[in-house]
Amino acid sequence: MQQAPFEEPLAARLPGSPALAKGGGGKLPDSGGEEVPDKVELRGLSLWYGTKRALHDISMRIPRNRITALIGPSGCGKSTLLRCINRMNDLVEDVRIEGEVLLEGEDIHDPDLDVNALRARVGMVFQKSNPFPKSVYENVAYGPRIHGARKRAVLDEIVERSLKGAALWEEVKDRLHESALRLSGGQQQRLCIARALAVEPEVILFDEPCSALDPVATGKIEDLMRELRSEYTMVIVTHNMQQASRVSDFTAFLYMGTLVEHSPTRELFTRPREARTEDYISGRFG
Amino acid sequence: MRNSDPGRLRPDRRRKRSGDRLGAVFIRLSAGAMAVNLLMVLGLLVLIGVKGLGVFWPRSLVEIRLKDGSRIWGAVVERETVRDIDPGRTEEEGGRNGRRGFRIRVRVANRDLEGEEFLWVPEEEIAGIRVREDLVRVERAEWGDFLGRFLRLEAGGKKVTDSWGGFRKALDARDSVGPRTDEGRKEAWKAVFEVAGGETVEIPWEGILDAIRPNRMGFLEKCGFYGNRFFDFLVSEPRSSNTEGGIFPAIFGTVLMVFLMTIFVTPFGVLAAIYLREYAKDGPFVRILRIAINNLAGVPSIVFGIFGLGFFVYTLGGRIDSLFFPDRLPEPTFGTGGILWASLTLALLTVPVVIVATEEGLAAVPKSVRHGSLALGATKLETIWNVVLPGAAPGILTGVILAISRAAGEVAPLMIVGMVKMAPDLPLDGEFPFLHPERKFMHLGFHIFDLGFQSPDVEATKPLVYATTLVLVVLVLVMNLGAIALRNRLRKRNATSSV
Repeated sequence: MQQAPFEEPLAARLPGSPALAKGGGGKLPDSGGEEVPDKVELRGLSLWYGTKRALHDISMRIPRNRITALIGPSGCGKSTLLRCINRMNDLVEDVRIEGEVLLEGEDIHDPDLDVNALRARVGMVFQKSNPFPKSVYENVAYGPRIHGARKRAVLDEIVERSLKGAALWEEVKDRLHESALRLSGGQQQRLCIARALAVEPEVILFDEPCSALDPVATGKIEDLMRELRSEYTMVIVTHNMQQASRVSDFTAFLYMGTLVEHSPTRELFTRPREARTEDYISGRFG
Repeated sequence: MRNSDPGRLRPDRRRKRSGDRLGAVFIRLSAGAMAVNLLMVLGLLVLIGVKGLGVFWPRSLVEIRLKDGSRIWGAVVERETVRDIDPGRTEEEGGRNGRRGFRIRVRVANRDLEGEEFLWVPEEEIAGIRVREDLVRVERAEWGDFLGRFLRLEAGGKKVTDSWGGFRKALDARDSVGPRTDEGRKEAWKAVFEVAGGETVEIPWEGILDAIRPNRMGFLEKCGFYGNRFFDFLVSEPRSSNTEGGIFPAIFGTVLMVFLMTIFVTPFGVLAAIYLREYAKDGPFVRILRIAINNLAGVPSIVFGIFGLGFFVYTLGGRIDSLFFPDRLPEPTFGTGGILWASLTLALLTVPVVIVATEEGLAAVPKSVRHGSLALGATKLETIWNVVLPGAAPGILTGVILAISRAAGEVAPLMIVGMVKMAPDLPLDGEFPFLHPERKFMHLGFHIFDLGFQSPDVEATKPLVYATTLVLVVLVLVMNLGAIALRNRLRKRNATSSV
């Protein structure tokens, strides 16, 4: 449907493009109107897989202690964008990234920065729950152990706190040493969240965390995200627009590798600025 | 779902496609091939099992009277059909050629007297066979078994006892005090026996290991004797240039060699596989490397043996000798075949198997789990060590099992890198430093070859060949089962998510 490829950022070509989507202005207005400081900032981020360009000059700011949802049709680059924040794209061969990703003002592509330390600060929960084939306890203790926690008492405490944080403690406290693979799908996903919490990250990235779960399990994960909101900055990629509207404070709509609109969630779903956003959220395509 | 055209769901049975019939034939063919394979393997195992287990059973001894008046004492071993009863003579000379008949094989023992352990007796010449209860089988330290009738036990020419009971009591008394405590005795003791020909034979007391009257033994007594004998076979040293006694050093050598090989091959193969699968960038070089590794598995084992001799024994061993044991030269210490070099050679032989299996095991660990670990801030090394390797453990163990199976049965390359017919010392003993990697060792596979083809009387050692083969097969089976049990435990623990 495009006549010309996006050589320049879409936002720049569109009149009346919101300040949110591209640079300018220090603080974001919250949905409630108060000022929220940025946690992550993307500046002119572009990404190529080989010769295929997946992200087009994306600039956006992700506010602290808020949930930001990334929505858009399949293949629009929302998961790719998410993985830029903890540099999981490094694992893909033949990937090229331009632009900056700032975490607390620090460029995460700085050659002096330890990528493993970055990933400890930016945790991730995947689309398909991927617990290690170990016990529940070992799954949660894995991260702290990697980062140097050795004492049993310390680990016990972290495991309990993380499992409580992921609202899983009551369900698994008597089976901590059973295989994590015996848990149900929803429990496994919450275990993955607990595992991420255990390393005390600042940001947690959710890559379609509920796509393989039933509505009850999904509801539990969403409740959990709302509870975690006070302590963590979260970014969630979702296919499900109801989920985005239920759970998030801000929503960014991506289309074909371009950031079309980034607004407070209520605004985006009730008064979208862009025609394409409206088409998408009203189900006309995608 | 409803289908408007039910005919499409139910194809016409009368019009069977020719492919179906061919398919049925193919199924039978493949099942047939499978059955033949199974039968052959089962046949082999049953043969080894029956013959090997039967070796130590005390057979009843019989007296065979021939038509010419002479008699034979012995145990009937087998009976077979023959076309020519007198192969040497023609019809005119009175030969009975072209007629079918039977002959029996009798184990007469008394190798020193008869010159042969076994006799073939044509059934036509036999006048009668009867079981004699007073026949004695004596196990001797030399010349194998003796068969005869007990007459008396003498000490310096004077009769000690002429009753079997007294003789047995004396034997038991001697054994309970401990073996060979006869040095202090003034007169030489000897037992006097009568043989089938009627002559008397004297056997020195020290030469008698055991004596039984199998025809007087009850079933339980025979079972006890059998168990004892089998146990002795497993735990004692060979005698009379391996034709008698046990096979303990060979069992020990085989197990230790395989164990050392496993210690060498597992880390080596696993590290190589980790490099290939996890670190190396897939390209023509890695592909060629993989092909080379697969081909290495097909190189004849004797080639590895020669390489082991040239590289490990002469080059490495020679260097070690000139560096650390120069005072012992020209007598080589490490510069000659030994269990260390043998196990290294076999490790080289089996490393492709371990690499290939480990690579498959690594490939089976899903990417999502690796990403889970990396996303927690684990380095690649930590991820491989903590998540990937445990997940690949069943695959690694499969490789190790295959390597063990291959190594335990391998004989050819070992013959030139340290395996010997008769090793004076075990490679592991109480003498510091306990493990002696430079020592030569015995091996069950070579022991079978030696017994079956190198001993002076192949017929006499045939039962031992069966028994040794049985032990080797069981040993390989036990090692495999152990590894498989371990693998299944790991599999259960690391079962991939069903959700």
